[in-house]
Amino acid sequence: FSTLVVAEHTQKGLHPATLSAINAAKKLQDDICVLVAGSGATEAAQEAAKLQGVSKVLHVDAPAYQYPVADQMANLLVAMQQKSSFASIMGPVSSLLKDVFPRLAGALDVQPLTDVMDIKSSDTFVRPTYAGNAIATVRSKDPVKVFTVRPTSFPTDGLEGGSAPVEPVTPPEGQPMVEFVKEEHAHDDKPQLATAKTVVSGGRGLRSKEGFDTVLDPLCQKLNAAMGASRAAVDAGFVPNDMQVGQTGKVVAPDLYLAVGISGAIQHLAGMKDSKTIVAINKDGEAPIFQVADYGLVADLFEAVPEMTDKVAQ
Amino acid sequence: MRALVAVKRVIDYAVKVRVKPDKSGVELNNIKMSMNPFCEIAVEEGVRLKEAGTLSELVAVSCGPDKSQESLRQALAMGADRAILLKTDYRTDMELQPLAVAKLLKKMVEKEDPMVVLLGKQAIDDDSNQTGQLLAGMLGWPQATFASKLAFNSGLTGVDVTREVDAGLQTISLKLPCVVTCDLRLNQPRYATLPNLMKAKKKPLEVVDAASLGVDMSPRLEYLSVEEPPKREGGRKVDSVDELLDKLRNEAKVLA
Repeated sequence: FSTLVVAEHTQKGLHPATLSAINAAKKLQDDICVLVAGSGATEAAQEAAKLQGVSKVLHVDAPAYQYPVADQMANLLVAMQQKSSFASIMGPVSSLLKDVFPRLAGALDVQPLTDVMDIKSSDTFVRPTYAGNAIATVRSKDPVKVFTVRPTSFPTDGLEGGSAPVEPVTPPEGQPMVEFVKEEHAHDDKPQLATAKTVVSGGRGLRSKEGFDTVLDPLCQKLNAAMGASRAAVDAGFVPNDMQVGQTGKVVAPDLYLAVGISGAIQHLAGMKDSKTIVAINKDGEAPIFQVADYGLVADLFEAVPEMTDKVAQ
Repeated sequence: MRALVAVKRVIDYAVKVRVKPDKSGVELNNIKMSMNPFCEIAVEEGVRLKEAGTLSELVAVSCGPDKSQESLRQALAMGADRAILLKTDYRTDMELQPLAVAKLLKKMVEKEDPMVVLLGKQAIDDDSNQTGQLLAGMLGWPQATFASKLAFNSGLTGVDVTREVDAGLQTISLKLPCVVTCDLRLNQPRYATLPNLMKAKKKPLEVVDAASLGVDMSPRLEYLSVEEPPKREGGRKVDSVDELLDKLRNEAKVLA
């Protein structure tokens, strides 16, 4: 039996999440093949070949794979599955694989799994439901397992010293159904909410858009942090929807999460409680956010945050 | 042009879910249920497309127990024209799984012949984020997931969709018919007002026994256990900004 790991890469190298996925794949105890599909992406394929535990790298090199779209990737994977009958097809959670894997699974008549955080055996997986408030252990009855793994749940190290062959793969003929138009990297200069090491979020306590701009933003700049917000702040119109952290917004797990003027509604906690260190600054000492905070400061945020901004090293 | 919009009834986002002591699942009895927030965004988008004259009819579909009619009534109150409930007693957060839902929706697509199927990007109960993609794959239609903006061309033969992806915003161009799953930034759903809820009672809502559609709905994933996550040890307080910064630097070591 063998496992196919679909690599996330930047053409020039593997994304660290791919290393987590390979460490996860090892738990299945099957041969590991890694698919690197890109335009060029030779460096990424070479990097995959040097990972211990990888038995083969399958390399698709075609201009159409510069910005792959769902149906194109799903068709490629269906063709590869027909040829090689993998026992598992998996990869890290990413916007691409979230798009591709269910489509692939539909073609294979398989119920896929999203966000696997532990692998108990070749058919038994652990995954979060209800935004991590209920952890489910499930057994898949499908002949092929199609799943994404949560990169933060598996290590990225311990993979040095491999030497696997790189085999070119010819992708199936045909035009993708979807045409790629463009990609905008909205705030290239600022850390992205989903991947930032530090996140500073504001709630209704900030009182206005100006509160976010004049109180929170300077601290974000000093800490090189991404700015987030509670649903209450979004609903009040202080900040746009895409800044929302929570069950119905973005789920984040940075090294440091600062909740400023956020009371800690259940749905907000669901979106940030896996952060390594949580700090809460709030006037109301009884706010539920303090129950999950490693360090709570009961203070007026309009005084405490500027003071903190002053005292934090650049 | 007709569109289908899929709607799921889930535990309300503001409710703290409780895992049952026997680890068989999450407690659903006497819990406030609501339309999945991402489905609300999908319904809102459909209603706006109707208001703009892009759509002539918006049909809401839900798979679930009798009570899912509540969410369909909400969709009707928001502006959908009619609704279909594919009734099943399978638990929709565990037993009725996305693969089966996609198969049921495919049957509705074949019956209703829409040019667009709108869905939320994910349901906040099982957090699978799969149904739209599964459906698109089964239909052989193009798909656009995580949509934050839709722009139909004037001939209504295609749509440009802006998507929320890891790197930022991506725009793709699709021909109709297609499947679109909606992300947070697409719109702010309207409230279903009481007068509109009253009016919605007069709109047609058809109930179909899901089992009669000849689809294999049996769960492919067997739930062995559902447990609470490990508790977080929080609750420590500091007295000043200086003490906070000291702890972050020297204890948590997350600041330089």
